[in-house]
Amino acid sequence: MSAVIENHHDDHHHGPAKGITRWLYTTNHKDIGTLYLWFSFAMFLIGGAMAMVIRAELFQPGMQIVEPEFYNQMITLHGLIMIFGGVMPAFVGLANWLVPMMIGAPDMALPRMNNLSFWILPFAFFILLSSLFMEGGAPNFGWTFYAPLSTTYAPPSVTFFIFSVHIMGASSIMGAINVVVTIMNMRAPGVSLMKMPLFVWSWLITAYLLIAVMPVLAGAVTMMLMDIHFGTSFFNAAGGGDPVLFQHIFWFFGHPEVYIMILPAFGIVSHIIETFSRKQLFGYSSMVWAMLSIAILSFVVWAHHMFTVGLPLAAEIFFMWATMLIAVPTGVKVFNWVATMFRGSLTFETPMLFAIAFVVLFTIGGLSGLMLAIVPADFQYHDTYFVVAHFHYVLVPGAIFSIMAAVYYWIPKWSGNMYDERLGKLHFWLSFIGVNVTFFPQHFIGLAGMPRRYPDYALVFADWNMVSSVGAFLFGFSQLLFLFIVIKTVMGGKKATDQVWDGAKGLEWTVASPAPYHTFSTPPKVD
Amino acid sequence: MFFRLFSILQKKAFFALLFLLNTPLLNADWFALNMTRGITDISNEVFELHMLIFWICVAIGVLVFSVMFYSMWAHTKKKNPVPAKFHENHKLEIAWTIIPFLILIAMAVPASKTLVKIYDDEAGDINIQVTGYQWKWQYRYLEDDVSFFSNLSTDLDEIYNLVPKGENYLQEVDEMVVIPAGKKVRFLITANDVIHSWWMPAFAIKQDAIPGFVNTAWTIVDEPGIYRGKCTELCGKNHGFMPIVVKVVEQDEYDEWVYGKKQEAIKLAELTTKEWTAEELVSRGESIYEVNCVACHQTSGEGITGIFPALAGSDIVMNNKDRNIEILMEGVQGAAMNSFSYLSEVELAAVITYTRQSWGNAEKGDGEIVVPKDIVDYKEPKI
Repeated sequence: MSAVIENHHDDHHHGPAKGITRWLYTTNHKDIGTLYLWFSFAMFLIGGAMAMVIRAELFQPGMQIVEPEFYNQMITLHGLIMIFGGVMPAFVGLANWLVPMMIGAPDMALPRMNNLSFWILPFAFFILLSSLFMEGGAPNFGWTFYAPLSTTYAPPSVTFFIFSVHIMGASSIMGAINVVVTIMNMRAPGVSLMKMPLFVWSWLITAYLLIAVMPVLAGAVTMMLMDIHFGTSFFNAAGGGDPVLFQHIFWFFGHPEVYIMILPAFGIVSHIIETFSRKQLFGYSSMVWAMLSIAILSFVVWAHHMFTVGLPLAAEIFFMWATMLIAVPTGVKVFNWVATMFRGSLTFETPMLFAIAFVVLFTIGGLSGLMLAIVPADFQYHDTYFVVAHFHYVLVPGAIFSIMAAVYYWIPKWSGNMYDERLGKLHFWLSFIGVNVTFFPQHFIGLAGMPRRYPDYALVFADWNMVSSVGAFLFGFSQLLFLFIVIKTVMGGKKATDQVWDGAKGLEWTVASPAPYHTFSTPPKVD
Repeated sequence: MFFRLFSILQKKAFFALLFLLNTPLLNADWFALNMTRGITDISNEVFELHMLIFWICVAIGVLVFSVMFYSMWAHTKKKNPVPAKFHENHKLEIAWTIIPFLILIAMAVPASKTLVKIYDDEAGDINIQVTGYQWKWQYRYLEDDVSFFSNLSTDLDEIYNLVPKGENYLQEVDEMVVIPAGKKVRFLITANDVIHSWWMPAFAIKQDAIPGFVNTAWTIVDEPGIYRGKCTELCGKNHGFMPIVVKVVEQDEYDEWVYGKKQEAIKLAELTTKEWTAEELVSRGESIYEVNCVACHQTSGEGITGIFPALAGSDIVMNNKDRNIEILMEGVQGAAMNSFSYLSEVELAAVITYTRQSWGNAEKGDGEIVVPKDIVDYKEPKI
């Protein structure tokens, strides 16, 4: 408690500034974490609205609501906004809030850069979204922006898209550097690497992945820029370039990017399952090694996104085997979570429900990923709705459920108030049903032969598309309930205790609820 | 005018309602759940492989989830108030690393074997060059010098819900690829503009069509029939509207078809020397415009502001015949407008004349027509 009293004293001098300048000039990790989280929530709703447009158009065969040009803009922006605006900033927000508190540090190591890395993000997305109103429309070449559709054949707004991706990349790299420097230098005495909470571990690995691959993405878009405006032919076959080179570069970034969006989720879910099982996490060190192996393997599997581009046989076989290998450490993680629950003392509060749903549905997404790794079968799955079902299973009930679980789990610590458990459970069940009704039928549609990125389809796909759309509307509108619950909790509610959850372990639960503006100004003692 | 508009709207609403009520009931496709079994040795093997990994995945899922669900049922706080203390077990951890590894090998070995078979890619009895265009496929039979385009034949009114949709909605083309049964057919797949992908599920062939590259795939189909596939790489606006239809026929029927195609080519060549009137060219040009140009330049000739320039009122279309021909023959560098020099002289002359005579262009501009001879002259080597 003494730490809390000291903090109260500090508040007097270093409390938050008043008004808008608090948020504009802030270097406080908690404020910046909050900014990131609200920003990603806003992007989640915008990207979600675009998903609603997509599903409304696909509700029935025929073109009803939008034209194919606009449909392509929607799928492109939906992907970009959800990945770069929704999931990634949400995880950075969680890292900002939690990493310093979990390792007993007073703040992030580079607070001014922290401010900068957040505040350039709104500009990046303003530029990206403004392209909707430009002549020729927004980017319409899919979030994977394969050349030459994204270069020679792109609308003029592609230049703004490139600039926007550069800003997002700069923001991510700064955020990642900050996390690495904080974790490497600011752990309280006694917090050795192998004693770090798994969320911290997961973010340390994620941050290295980000630093490794975001520059590759920047390189790819710069080459596009050169091709479009400066007469080069990196990706233009007519000028001696190579359109497949683009895909190699893109997926060398893109595959680690996939793990950037799931590793922090592994960390979150490990904490929540441990807490609500009231039992120590099973196999801590194997969890760390599994994450490290996944991260390293993620650099040698990129071409499994490109099995149909005409790779030589040896490359196909190498990338198939390497990809399948990832199933081993991923399996270890799932088995560890189940073993943690086994003979525990389980309760099912909202965060735990989301975490359990994560384990089940992420595993389903992982298994369909395994199927996709089998090259001959992938010739049939590739670029169909089976792939759409697969990556939405790992991203929505995977990454996004973990973020929701994290919000329910830590919001009492952030706001000092308990969320409404009944509403939380309602939100969970609506989301759980919605997500499965949306994405499970997409496995069927894909296997039956419907390609992805189609604004219209043959009649044989009509029934399950309609079901999928109904599920999507249910899932989409349920998120407004989530917004309501979060606002309600921030505004008031039952006061949370400092411990919040009786089984929770970790330094963040030793400080007051809500967490004071400054925590651990003097490092805590950790055995 | 008002009544006409009203009746169109009424018709549209009526059909929309009809679809809403009937689509799910009339076409009960709730059982379109799985990959369709193939019709060639390879595609059957791929199907078997798919089912094998599917059932392995189901088994793993059932095993893991049943332990988890058992624990959720038996180890609640109520039933098990004191949690166990264990948090490590090296034997168990080694087991669940090694066993999945062995299962993976069991899957990867047969998969690799099938892949080797697919990659056995020697020249076929018949070699067909497949070229992806925005948004149609071109097929060139290399041995027989037969070449044609295959366009979506579904009516726009069906797509925009003005009339009921046919059985093969979006899966029908104006000209099918014809191949003989029992012969090894090799496809040499490439593209003219952006990347497309040629997918024929029944043959388990999916190969990207990439400008500047030639990918190959082969098949031997024993069963005559009509097989339908699709483009599977996002290639722009009409990505969803460039289907693939392959018709497999017996050898003698195939030979007859090839003969017919060659006769057609001869007839077309004769048309080039004929005397043409503006009316003849315009009526021929209209259908060519609808197939090749309307996607970008629109039926109204207005284009789409900012991306696809308008032809109606365009100075080049109205007053500059030579440049008009040049653009169609060479394309426009750095823009979506590609060369259409693959069309015949008659087709090119007809479509250019059509644009020069429509939307009031003839009245505002010089009104000159372009005849096939002009295209032939353009193609003559310039000294």
